[in-house]
Amino acid sequence: MVNGKRTLIIIPALNESGSIADVVGEVRGELPGVDVLVVDDGSTDRTAAVAAAAGAKVAKLPYNLGVGGAMRLGYRYARDHDYDVAIQIDADGQHDPRYVPKLVDLLDDNDLVIGARFAGEGDYNVRGPRRWAMVMLSAVLSRVAHTKLTDTTSGFRAANRRVIEMFAGWYPAEYLGDTVETLVHTARRGYRIRQVPVAMRKRMAGTPSHSPAKAMVYLGRAFAVLTLALIRR
Amino acid sequence: MKLTLVTGLTGLLLLGTIVELLRRRQLREKYGMLWLAVLIIVIPLSLFPRLLDNVAELLGVASGVSLVLFLGIVFLLLVCVHLSWEVSALEEETRTLAEDFALLRAQIDADRAARDELVSTDG
Ligand SMILES: Nc1nc2c(ncn2[C@@H]2O[C@H](COP(=O)(O)OP(=O)(O)OP(=O)(O)O)[C@@H](O)[C@H]2O)c(=O)[nH]1
Ligand SMILES: [Mg+2]
Repeated sequence: MVNGKRTLIIIPALNESGSIADVVGEVRGELPGVDVLVVDDGSTDRTAAVAAAAGAKVAKLPYNLGVGGAMRLGYRYARDHDYDVAIQIDADGQHDPRYVPKLVDLLDDNDLVIGARFAGEGDYNVRGPRRWAMVMLSAVLSRVAHTKLTDTTSGFRAANRRVIEMFAGWYPAEYLGDTVETLVHTARRGYRIRQVPVAMRKRMAGTPSHSPAKAMVYLGRAFAVLTLALIRR
Repeated sequence: MKLTLVTGLTGLLLLGTIVELLRRRQLREKYGMLWLAVLIIVIPLSLFPRLLDNVAELLGVASGVSLVLFLGIVFLLLVCVHLSWEVSALEEETRTLAEDFALLRAQIDADRAARDELVSTDG
């Protein structure tokens, strides 16, 4: 329970055995009474076992579906088990669970709340094509959603019942679709989106999924995904 | 002139079809993007078939048109190979799914048998 709402924390994880125990432990420590679902997306290490030992419920996918695939499973779980709020958190420890009550508070007047870097709190720097991509995405998505969005690819978001219901039936598995396209889709259907500034921490262990060399490709794909999301209905 | 009209219209029609399929989410992004890229190259060529004549001469091909035909066939072959690769991956995935399903069923049957055993010894 967070502010009287049944809350499920969904953590998509791929080979995060180094950090997942701490993340689950911290969430359960900071937020007593919430349930934690770790979606192990075909990890080749002991992510699932470590997460279960730390007290999380674990759903183990037989092979890798990507963050989007893992998240739809999470939202289906939330819908089937009648949760009021579902919150996505990264498995690498970058998201601070102490912000969760703030996100949940804002769900009173909004349907989807995003924990955003670059919005004043903490320091998190990105440069080059990756930064251009983020600027482009923020500008366009802010217009579509009628609210200021500075960190559109954030994996820290809270959804209320209506959005859980929608995401359980529809959630893209394509690259960047899980963040960019879901925002366009949600905004177009009249749901209210808001962002909250959060400080972002360093990942605890393991390697990030992006390398600087991929930044340019990232920009191109971001542009393609955004264009597609905008022409889709 | 008539030929240009026919090829150009065909290109545009294909373009429209693909955009519409993408819009209805019937095509995944990766395939849609591939076909869009192809059409963006093909449509100008269908309107101005002589566009590649210079390149063709450089490569020793008689005319731009035959170069386009050659490249087209090579491309279609590559697409076929790619699709076979995708199908192989899919087969591997359904195989894993079937195994998971069988293992789950075995587990459930074992649990049920154990429970029945318990009930019959109790009662
Ligand atoms: N389910 C699933 N989760 C994934 C996959 N790839 C990454 N993740 C998880 O997604 C979260 C974010 O991944 P990161 O690699 O940290 O990506 P990021 O936070 O955008 O990038 P950094 O700023 O470099 O950390 C982590 O919890 C990962 O475990 C995947 O293929 N499937
Ligand atoms: Mg991260």
